[in-house]
Amino acid sequence: MKARVHVMLKNGVLDPQGEAVHHALDAMGFEGVNGVRQGKVIELDLDEGTTEADVNAMCEKLLANTVIESYTVELS
Amino acid sequence: MRAAVVVFPGSNCDRDLAVAFENAGAQVEMVWHKDTELPGGIDIVGIPGGFSYGDYLRCGAIAAQSPIVKSVKAHAERGGYVMGICNGFQVLTETGLLPGALLRNAGLKYICKTVGLKVETSNSDFTIGYNAGDIINIPIAHHDGNYFADPDTIARLQGEDRVAFTYTDNPNGAQADIAGILSENRRVLGMMPHPERAADAGHGGTDGVALFRALAGVLTAA
Repeated sequence: MKARVHVMLKNGVLDPQGEAVHHALDAMGFEGVNGVRQGKVIELDLDEGTTEADVNAMCEKLLANTVIESYTVELS
Repeated sequence: MRAAVVVFPGSNCDRDLAVAFENAGAQVEMVWHKDTELPGGIDIVGIPGGFSYGDYLRCGAIAAQSPIVKSVKAHAERGGYVMGICNGFQVLTETGLLPGALLRNAGLKYICKTVGLKVETSNSDFTIGYNAGDIINIPIAHHDGNYFADPDTIARLQGEDRVAFTYTDNPNGAQADIAGILSENRRVLGMMPHPERAADAGHGGTDGVALFRALAGVLTAA
């Protein structure tokens, strides 16, 4: 089984990389871009039977820093 | 004073920090990240600057889970002294020994230059060699030094006199200009600037010496 973890900076935490990408899109002439936030995706290849709670523990302890980041987990 | 300096793969200020401790009169032992125990009788642990584990995942995140850092955490929880500089500060926030986190610099660029720091408190064994309000010149060299914490945490740090140093001209977007903070018991210091790089006339500045001398004064007497 696989899990896909999305890690994003929390709302209210300045994302200077997202801001820079936003500026670049504006400068290229793309219109209507109101905001850009950049995060990361981590794919885990897991033993069958690994639970969502196990993956959440991995996120809390290592994959995300919950002081500044939020995460979501998709199992498949 | 007996000091241990932790060496991770990717540390690059470990020897500078060891020399600064030695010049202040300390006996220094280097400790490898895979070691599980600190040597006995260590007064202070230095976590040096650099790029531990290549800054993979987040700066300091993987180092914070290394075997030796569990032992450093236990040392701090027993009331031992710990000092984290630059990547070391990032490691200390990732372990939870210090609150907050270090984000990418607001200007997105790596910054390497000497900056002015204001000593915010002389009420710690790291900063008693200065007077509160002193302006000192110390180099910074970081890409992720933008200190972030929620407003309540910032207010608590300020209210408890736990902001050790602020930038006189904020280079990285840090909240409340914070360059270094202390733990609740004032024995854990994390700071982005490098006092060990301003500790010898050959460095071009010696404003960091007072920090190491003050520590040696306290920890040798003890």
